Amino acid sequence: MGHASATCVMIVPGRGHRSRAVTAKGENFVEVSMTVNGQSQSHDVEPRTLLVQHIRENVGLTGTNIGCDTSSCGACTIHLDGQSVKSCTMLAVQAEGAEITTIEGLADTARAAGTSTGEQDWHPMQEAFQQCHALQCGYCTPGMVMAATSFLNENSSPTEHEVREGLEGNLCRCTGYHNIVKAVLSAAGEA
Amino acid sequence: MIPAAFDYKVADSAEAAIAMLGEYGDEAKLLAGGHSLIPMMKFRLAAPAVLVDIARISDLSYIRQENGHLAIGSMTRHTEVEHSDLVRAEVPMLAHVASLVGDPSVRHRGTLGGTLAHSDPASDLPAAVLALGGTIVAQGPNGSREIAASEFFTGYFESVLAEDELITEIRVPTGTGGWNYQKFNRRAQDWAIVGVGVADGGKGISLVNMGSTPLRATAAEEALAGGASAAEAAALAAAGTSPPQDNNADAEYRAHLAQVLTRRALEAAGVA
Repeated sequence: MGHASATCVMIVPGRGHRSRAVTAKGENFVEVSMTVNGQSQSHDVEPRTLLVQHIRENVGLTGTNIGCDTSSCGACTIHLDGQSVKSCTMLAVQAEGAEITTIEGLADTARAAGTSTGEQDWHPMQEAFQQCHALQCGYCTPGMVMAATSFLNENSSPTEHEVREGLEGNLCRCTGYHNIVKAVLSAAGEA
Repeated sequence: MIPAAFDYKVADSAEAAIAMLGEYGDEAKLLAGGHSLIPMMKFRLAAPAVLVDIARISDLSYIRQENGHLAIGSMTRHTEVEHSDLVRAEVPMLAHVASLVGDPSVRHRGTLGGTLAHSDPASDLPAAVLALGGTIVAQGPNGSREIAASEFFTGYFESVLAEDELITEIRVPTGTGGWNYQKFNRRAQDWAIVGVGVADGGKGISLVNMGSTPLRATAAEEALAGGASAAEAAALAAAGTSPPQDNNADAEYRAHLAQVLTRRALEAAGVA
């Protein structure tokens, strides 16, 4: 994977509004800054670095999974300024200045909002996924939870059909959809 | 999959974007929501040397009611079109079709101008704008020009946009008659195998994925105007088309779908 090495980086003035770094290899890097789960993160990245790659490899949060890598499966779903996005189909540089929430930070957002629940003090969606056993292998789960919370932000009292349509961008290869839909409906009831 | 290396530039105005397009020529691509371009770059089907990010031009994100039409800034995201009370009230077809694009996460990023500039014949919104008789406003170094949607698309992923032009606004008429949109696909979040848009009581009928561009079903439109029934007009929906053949459908099946979906759309739009 072609992410930036922190060593041997020389900063030179860029033509654009960003500073530009050139490594000894001559590759171009740009500085990208964003807030991830409430923490400021600044890294020098190649412009072609995908946001999911940046989150996993530079920020070091591996709860966001890479599934299909073609914006079909939703395993890489995160929140960008409060809305679900597929982080495999964004460049890290496009998230400059954005507020990112990943699955690792979701419970903290609920605690900050005073809406966390259960013994674990989790986000209501995480609690609902546990209570409804809304996972089998678990690979799609972080993306499902992030997509489902974003969906409920836009539709706080959905029908079952609306939940299924709202999660159409997230695939569960175990085909465990029934309990996922139950969990989202359950979380909507608590919200 | 990682795209080939490129230089990334941010344009903070339409003028700045146009200047960059002038500077870098065909080496450059505009980046809006990126949900068509970035997948193509990851597959290395596209490898622009320079990406000019125009999604941060806030002046290009708006929905306004003007004289007889809605004016929508090109960087307005699908989710904004889908949920806009103004669009829902004045051009409900456009809000509905926006709600059918991809999935919610895709709609949080994709833009109306981006999907038109991409000119994919399988996309929903270009066909909706075409059926509605919309107008595309493109800005270049010498000013702006208005392009009728019916004149805009020229081939697979091709339009009349010049290398140094960008779409700034899309105008769609308000106060038009009955409408419907039929999207036929077999998998969640997929593109239409065939889609049909009916606008203004059948005055505009457009076809998705029935050729190298979004198409007007002119034979069916003319038949309706001449007094034909919905069923009679729908039988002409595929006339003059050369539908593509792929894993989902052959050309004959697509022609059949176009007729069936046109009939359904006309009847749902209140055309007898």
